Formats: sequence, structure tokens, C-alpha cells
Amino acid sequence: MNPIAHSPHAHATVSISKIMLTVMLALTPATLFGFWLYGWPAINLWVISLLSAIIGEAFVLRLQNRAIRPALLDGSGILTAWLLAISLPPFAPWWIAILGSLFAVIIGKQIFGGLGQNVFNPAMAARVMLLISFPLEMTAWVTPAPLGSASAPGLLESLRVTFLSQPLDGMASASLLGHVKTEFTRGVGLDQALIGYFTPMDALWGSRAGSLGETAALFLLAGGLFLIARRIITWHAPVAMLLGVALPALLFNALDANHYADPLVHLLSGGLMLAAFFIITDPVTSPNTALGQFIFGLGCGLLTWIIRTWGGYPEGVAFAVLLMNSATPLIDQYIKPRIYGRDRKGTPLPVSKES
Amino acid sequence: MKLFNLRGGVHPEGRKELSAQRHIRPVPLPKFLYISMQQHIGAPASPLVQIGDRVLKGQLIAAAQGAVSSPIHAPTSGVITALGDGFSPHPSGLPVPTITLESDGEERWINTVPVDDPFTLTPEQISARVGEAGIVGLGGATFPAALKLNLSRNSGVHTLIMNGGECEPYLTCDDRIMRERAAQIIEGIRLIATAVAAKNILVGIEDNKPEAIAAMQAAAKDSAVKIIAMPSMYPMGSEKQIIQVLTGHEIPAGGRPADIGVVVHNVATAFAVQQAIRYGRPLISRIVTLSGAAIKTPCNVEALVGTPVQELIDFADGYTQPAARLVLGGPMMGQHISNTRVPVVKGTGGVLALTAQEIGQTQASPCIRCSTCVRACPVGLLPLEMAAHIRISDLSGAVNLGLKDCIACGSCSYVCPAHIPLVHYFNYAKGDLAAQERAKLKQESTKKLAEARTERIAKIARDRAEAAAKRKAAREAKERAAAAAKAATEVA
Amino acid sequence: MLLSAVISLTMLGIILGLLLGLAARFLKVEGNPLAAELEQLLPGAQCGQCGFPGCAGAAQALASGTATVTLCPPGGRALVQALAAKLGVDADLSGVKESVPMLAEVKEEICIGCTRCFKVCPTDAIMGAAQQIHVVFREACTACGKCEAVCPTESIKLQPVPPTLQSWYWHKPSAAEAI
Repeated sequence: MNPIAHSPHAHATVSISKIMLTVMLALTPATLFGFWLYGWPAINLWVISLLSAIIGEAFVLRLQNRAIRPALLDGSGILTAWLLAISLPPFAPWWIAILGSLFAVIIGKQIFGGLGQNVFNPAMAARVMLLISFPLEMTAWVTPAPLGSASAPGLLESLRVTFLSQPLDGMASASLLGHVKTEFTRGVGLDQALIGYFTPMDALWGSRAGSLGETAALFLLAGGLFLIARRIITWHAPVAMLLGVALPALLFNALDANHYADPLVHLLSGGLMLAAFFIITDPVTSPNTALGQFIFGLGCGLLTWIIRTWGGYPEGVAFAVLLMNSATPLIDQYIKPRIYGRDRKGTPLPVSKES
Repeated sequence: MKLFNLRGGVHPEGRKELSAQRHIRPVPLPKFLYISMQQHIGAPASPLVQIGDRVLKGQLIAAAQGAVSSPIHAPTSGVITALGDGFSPHPSGLPVPTITLESDGEERWINTVPVDDPFTLTPEQISARVGEAGIVGLGGATFPAALKLNLSRNSGVHTLIMNGGECEPYLTCDDRIMRERAAQIIEGIRLIATAVAAKNILVGIEDNKPEAIAAMQAAAKDSAVKIIAMPSMYPMGSEKQIIQVLTGHEIPAGGRPADIGVVVHNVATAFAVQQAIRYGRPLISRIVTLSGAAIKTPCNVEALVGTPVQELIDFADGYTQPAARLVLGGPMMGQHISNTRVPVVKGTGGVLALTAQEIGQTQASPCIRCSTCVRACPVGLLPLEMAAHIRISDLSGAVNLGLKDCIACGSCSYVCPAHIPLVHYFNYAKGDLAAQERAKLKQESTKKLAEARTERIAKIARDRAEAAAKRKAAREAKERAAAAAKAATEVA
Repeated sequence: MLLSAVISLTMLGIILGLLLGLAARFLKVEGNPLAAELEQLLPGAQCGQCGFPGCAGAAQALASGTATVTLCPPGGRALVQALAAKLGVDADLSGVKESVPMLAEVKEEICIGCTRCFKVCPTDAIMGAAQQIHVVFREACTACGKCEAVCPTESIKLQPVPPTLQSWYWHKPSAAEAI
């Protein structure tokens, strides 16, 4: 090797593992809130997800004869498992977590060639796989029973929930979006369906039935703003996704309030906040340019709203993200920055001597 | 004045405070000076002296050679002791033709021709004197200054931009020269403006140099020279960027600043121009920043061209700790050198002794497509995509993405969290493409040779065959004649 | 429901098939003299290192698909890419050596001036006469190696060309450039 090093001889103090750690830090409040809200079963699930991702990734790296330590230490596998864990129903059985995590890191990432090579967001790919394969387990929501409250499952009980799939009496519930969908099939309109199911304050705070860490809209928003402030992500994709959901919701709600939920319901339910700030900002599977990211986010939002409103599944975030992931190369092909001294098409600017 | 926005750019830690507060001091005269014949862009200068010749300070010792080149003068008085290969600050480490001069310590100047009122000179005379003085762009590009003056004048330039950006971290040589020699610089700027017949004269200085701005403003009072504070950002001091921020115009791709009626010179070049015109002194020394955490006393020095880097480091009291890398120029675009016998050349703006911590480079990891490089690129390229193409040897793919528009500023490599040597990839690709181009030209010419040879051989064969046929015909004719004669005699 | 699906798919098939048929008819590419075009790209030194009779033979083989785009050693990587682009195939550059540029060089001490080398040189790059030491014109030499093969005293040999300040450029960063 040439002993002479190429410039630059200065580098910003950044690294991939630092980025991943910052994202995990931003996820921590919402996750801790989820732990508190749903108690021990949620914690079990989170631990199982992370452990199986680490072990699974190490195993696959070994099969490929690649260095295990650097690939594990970059933190991307752990973050993927973390994102998957907090999008699972909190009382889901252990094998859901293991299967999902393994699918995410092995099929979702390593099969494509490891970090940076995958086309689809691994966490969302795993979530969709689970949702399609195990619709029952993946939609078994529970009413929140915060740690310390009378109805909260104890440690032993939680192990029974997680490992023996023994549901707790009287805790089964439906998520808001699922409930609305069911009510529609019974011919019940929104004005009736939402009663007792949606209060903006609870939704903002996160005290509702839903995935482990998806419900705390406020904490997720705070985490997202933290990431924007730390320049890990930019505002383009998140804002676009929220707009993509809110704008059609606003329009259709104005047209027919009894069948189309208002923007607030949409923004504060399901996995929207998590996806907007933590999923679609995944650098690997999103476009390169600011405009591209905006379009990407807008597409994710629109598709989410469409699937929620007219699709067969109550929640459409994961599907929307995967669909837009597949459009990322196309967006990158057509949306490129203008090069200095050239117009948008790439032809050199004209020579002109006017001052 | 309204400033225009730039895209991209990075904000590396300035570290200018290390060296900015000390006055420029001259380096003691070294015993030996190693004067490179390649201190400018273009053909190397050709030596005019022999071993053993006595030369005076400022005497012409090597002449410009070809259209793009620049003459070189003796930095001090003394004796020529060697002509031959010397160390170069080139990354290849390949030798360059070098004149070795042993100084006699007397510093005897050659007779110089001062001009009392330089502003009576015609633009052509100014350019000629600048050319004779061996002045090249001192910002680092080292393009022969007189050529640029002539090109600009001939293509009708309306705006002269003086680059006082100095956006490279650590470097403060332009900062110091503006603080200490503002009056001379302003005179030099006015001379350059005369030489290119420019109406507007703008001096762009980054706002992290308030003292330099104040000094220049004071010196520029009552003149047409406008001093403008620009935001501090890398690469503000790049030609394309400074033009854009001051005028709002962009140089068309593949073109020159003159295409939009602009010419850019460095402020230190203006000082050299003033010295050459007013006092007839050729360019034989320059201001060099000595800095970096491994240097004991960071400072700015005035060093003669040809001074070995080691002497500068000794002058700055040596190292505080072993330097991880010695760099000529700034950390963003400077050149890593592996030995301190490399001499100062006209384009050497700094000598940096950097610690591993300052460099902050680690092993590269996979690209996560975070597109930080896309946001940082001041040109609007997609560094991550270009590097991916080059990695799999698809150079034409990289060209289609705009490789040839890359200014190699290093912003992408600087910000990359995966520490991928992006700009290294681009320079490799540019070099490989140039080599392919050369190979193609050679192939075309050798092909012609091969065709000519094939034709020649065919012609020889043809000629031979014809000659043989002729001989055969002649023989046959002869035989026939003989036979006929024989028959005739028989009949008879 | 079923019927409409069947009908729409059938219609789709018919329309697309029609489009393809029309495209095949109107966008037809005239059979181009591919071999001649390929020969244009080849070095034309007729050195025979590919094993085919001259560059024309190699071009024929390339056009008919019996030779791979990596057949020509003097052409180097650039030629492989040019041929691959012309033929619309993926260039497998792994087999192509990052060839160091080579040139023939005469060791003057042992040259006997036999003239064999300059008789075989396809580009007239060797100058000399009987009983005189031969010289190689670097600009004209394609490093085909024919001279090396015929030299009776091994005085003419291909030597790597040392890089100059003009020809040197940065190496390609290794997969994980560690500093």
C-alpha cells in the first residue's frame, strides 16, 4: 500500500455506531414508557428480540466468514430489533419476537449483503411478515395496566404471558384503528365508534391499546426532534409523512366526518409517529436527496392513509413503508441535485459576460 | 453588499488560533536551498546555470519552457552545487529536477529595476513584469499569474475577485499577510485590476478574520477596492464557490471564470505582484503557516523557496510529540509528505504536523447511504453513488454521475460517518480515466503505424511479384525469340 | 367477477402482444457489421497474442461469441470495457490483470544487431540495421512481445514503464483502507 495518505487529513468526529447509539437514545423514552405502560411482558419481549437479533446476526456473519465484532458493534442489528420489538403487541408470545428478529437481521439485512445493502427496511419487513403469517397474535392488543397498578401482571405472570401464551383475563382490547374498522363492518359510524376509544390527551400521552412503544406519540415526537437537532435525520421525510396522512384525512373528514377520521385521530394512532421519525428516516432504504426524502415521506403518508381507510388491514404503516422502499431507487434515479455550473438536465450553463 | 447562498459545505474545526496571533518572522537563511523546477502548473522550468556558477539573489536561474510555465529565480546569493533529481512534495514521491544552491550568507541582490509610479505602466507591461518575476497563484493552484492576466484581459473581464477566504483549517498565512501588509496588497490588487481592465474589484475575506478585514478596509479606503466579509465555511476559498457567493453566478461546467467575466486571484499573489512591479523583485519567498498540535510553536514564517521543511520545523522549536502525519498545505486538500527534506515551493501555504487525534481517521466501514456526503458536496454531486460505481470499476458510471465536476475539496470524506475515502476514489478514477485516454491516443497512433507497415509489406510483395512477373515475361519473350530464331535458322 | 378478470387479462395480453409485434417491426435494428466495428476498437497491431489470426480474426471471434471480451492483453482494461459496452455484455474484469504498462527495451551490451526484432515489429517501433544496435521508439511500442520472442540473445525484453510525474495517479482505495 502507498504509505502516502490521501487528503483530507481531518475528519468529523462521527461514526456509524455513534449514529445508531443516538437513535437508540432517542427511542429510550418511548420504550421506557411502553415498559411502564404494559409491564413485564413488554420487557420480556424487548429483551428476547434484542438477544435473538444479536445471536442470529453473529451466526450468519460466521457462516459468511465475515468479521463478527465490527458488524455487531455498529449497532445496526440491535437497533433493527429494538424497532421491531416496540412495534409488536406487548403481550405477544416469545416466538413472535424471535422469529421477527431473526427474519429482520437475516432475511431483511444480511441476505442482501449486510449493512447498507438492503432494499427494504428490515424491521418493517419483519413486521409485515409477522402480520401476514400470524394475524391473530399480531393483533392481540391489551388495555394498558401500568407497572405498579393493581391489574398489572407480576413478573411470574408475565413469564406465563410471554412463554406460555396464557392471556390475562379481562385485558384483551382492540387498537383504535382495528376497533374502528370492526365497527365499520357492523355499520357503526365514527361518531359512535370513537366514544371511549379516542381522547386526544390519552393518545398524545400514549395511554391506549397498541404496540409496545408506538403509542407514546409525545415521546416519539420528542425523540424525533432530538434526532433532527443532532442532525442525524432531517425534517423532510417525517414532515412529509405526517402531511401525507393529515392532508387527505382533513379533506375527507370535511367531506364525510362519519366515515373518515379527522387528522388528529390519524396522527396520534397506530405506528405513524414511530414510522415518521424512526423508520422512514432509515438512511439505507430512503432516498439520497432532501426532495427525494420529502417525496418518499409523502408517499409513505398517503399510502398509510389509503390502507388505513380503504384497505383490509387496520394499520398500513408497515405496508406503506415497504412499498415506498421499493420506489426509493426510482426516486433516486430521477431526483438528483443540480450540479454546479449545469442546469437540471446536466447541460453546462451558458457563457455570459454580463455582470 | 448582498451575498449569495452556497450549497453544501462543511464546518471543520478552524484551529487557526494556534498560529494566528504571532507576527510573520523570516526563517534564518538555510545553508542549502533545493529549488524545484516544477513549482507551477505546466512544463517544468529549464535550468540556465551550471554547477559551480555564482548567482545573486533574484537572478534568473531557470527559464519558462513552453506555453504554460514559469521562470525561477535564485532565492539568495551563492553557488550552484548540484543539478539533478530532488525530493518533491508530490504524492508519488517521484523525484523532480532540482537546483541545489549553497548560500554564501551575503544575500547580495541582483540589480533590480524599480518603477516609481507603477500605475503609468500599460496592462501589457504589468503582465510582462509579472511573468518575468515568476509569479504563480499562491493560493495553492500555482497557475502562472501572467498567463491568467493575459487570458482575462483578452476575454474581457469585468470583475476581479481577490480571494482572502483561506477556508482551510489551521492556515493563517493569508490572514497574517493581510493584517501586516495590507497597503502593499491593495496596491497589488489595483495593479492586477489595471492589468485585466476590471471595473469591479471585490476582496472576499471569511468573517473569522476580523483583524484582517479591518486592516484591509483601512488600506482600501478611498480606492475602488471593496472588502467583503463572507461567512466562514469550507470550501469558501475555492474559486467556484467564492465567485458564486460574491456574484451569484456559476462558472459553466467545463469553463473558466472568464466565461462569466470574472477572474480570481489570491491576496498573497497581489503582494507578490506589488513587489515585482514596484521593486522589480521576483517571487523567491512566501509566507508559510507552521501549525498542528505536534508543532511546539505554531507560527507564520517568511520562507525562501527551496528551504527544506525540516528547517521550518526546527525554527518552530520542533515537535511536542511525534507527528502522525506531516502535511503540506491545509488538512482538507493538503499533501501528506513522508520526509522533511522536501523543500518549500511557491505553492506551499502551510506545513502541518498533525496528531492522530486531529486527523481522526479510522478504518472504513460499509456505506449506510446516510447521504451526509450529498448534503456536504458544494458541487451537488452524489459522492456515495460515484464511489460505489468506482468501487466496482464502473468508471463511466461515475462520469455519468458528474465525476468530472468534482473539485476534490474533500468535504464528503470529511463528513462521512463510515470514513470511506470518497475523494481518494474520485482522484483515482480521474487519474485512471486520464491514463485510459492517453492509452487510447497511443493505440490510435500505433494502429496507424501497423496499418502503414501492413501496406508497405503488401506493396513490397506486390512489387516483387510484379518484378518477378516482368522477369518471367522477359525470359519467356527471350525464349520465344530464341525459339523463333532457332526455328528460323532451322527453316533456313 | 371471474369473467371480467379473464377478459381483462386476455385483453391485456392481446394489447401488449400487439405492441411488441409493432415494436419488433418498426424499431427493428438493421444487422450491423459488428465484426468490422469491433475491429475498429482493437489495437490493430496484429500481434496474435489472443490466439486468433490478427485483429480481424479476433473481431470475428468476438462477434460470433466464441471469444470473451478479455481476449486482448495489449488492449488492457479500457479495451475490455469498450468491447463489453459494444457487445452489451458484463465485463468480467476480475480475470484482467491490472497490467503494468510495459515497453520493449534493448539491452545494448548484448544486442548483436541481427535485425530479427525489427522485422517482426508490427508497428515499426524498432529502428536499426544489420550489425547495429537497435533502438525502440517508446511512443510506437505496443508491448506485444513479438520481438522478445524472436531475439536470439534475449537482449530485447518487455520492461515495466516506471511512472512519471505526468503519468502517476492515485491507486484505488482497498476495500477497507486502514490508516
